[in-house]
Amino acid sequence: MKVSNIIKELNLSVYGGDNGLDNEVDGGYVSDLLSDVMGNAEESQIWITLQTHRNVMAIASLKDLAAVILVNDLKPDEDMLEQANEEGIPVLGTGMTTFDVGGKLYNLLKG
Amino acid sequence: MQVKFDVEGGNFSKAGHASSQVKKILKQLNVAPKIIKSIVVALYEAEVNIVAHAYNGTIEVTIDPQKILINLSDNGPGIADISLAMQEGFSTASQEVRQMGFGAGMGLPNIKRNTDEFEIESEVGKGTKLIMTKFF
Repeated sequence: MKVSNIIKELNLSVYGGDNGLDNEVDGGYVSDLLSDVMGNAEESQIWITLQTHRNVMAIASLKDLAAVILVNDLKPDEDMLEQANEEGIPVLGTGMTTFDVGGKLYNLLKG
Repeated sequence: MQVKFDVEGGNFSKAGHASSQVKKILKQLNVAPKIIKSIVVALYEAEVNIVAHAYNGTIEVTIDPQKILINLSDNGPGIADISLAMQEGFSTASQEVRQMGFGAGMGLPNIKRNTDEFEIESEVGKGTKLIMTKFF
């Protein structure tokens, strides 16, 4: 499924990184610990987190992640957004909690 | 081939720069994706360790047809007890660094898991040296 389909299905906001809206998604990873994501996330997953700084994008890029979803209406820091645009990795947002958006994403991809 | 990067302690906005450059080089050299992934994880963790703990450091990368060898050296506080630092979950990172999601005590174990050879030497008050090798 493409990032753009997930945005529609889960009614997510798009903060930046629009060039990656066609990225293919085949799973998700939920964590706020960067080394956990570094060590355990896989290529083409969507990362659900509450971290809003630019190192999130450095990791998303190094790991070839499909997109990042910020939960609880959190907004990306300016430098996070800049890097998202440079890398072409979408930064998405939702008012949902991590549990709710993770559950919905799971149903969508694996349900 | 050899490449060298300088790493600035405390500057998180540049953390990952060397890792990203090395990833690009390895892709251009058509190294197997699985190998590149492991190297990127190990190098990023080591790079962030310099940013999070040291005053400054250097990363020297040597690539030959068989392997990549990465030599990281920093000027910093050093590590008093390396076996303790190697334990999953142990960290001396500041509160500020932890709030960013770093400092979970997973860095050194991540490095060990993703390299074929890994050596660490440290002197308290001087700095830390890491040598890691991954065979292609």
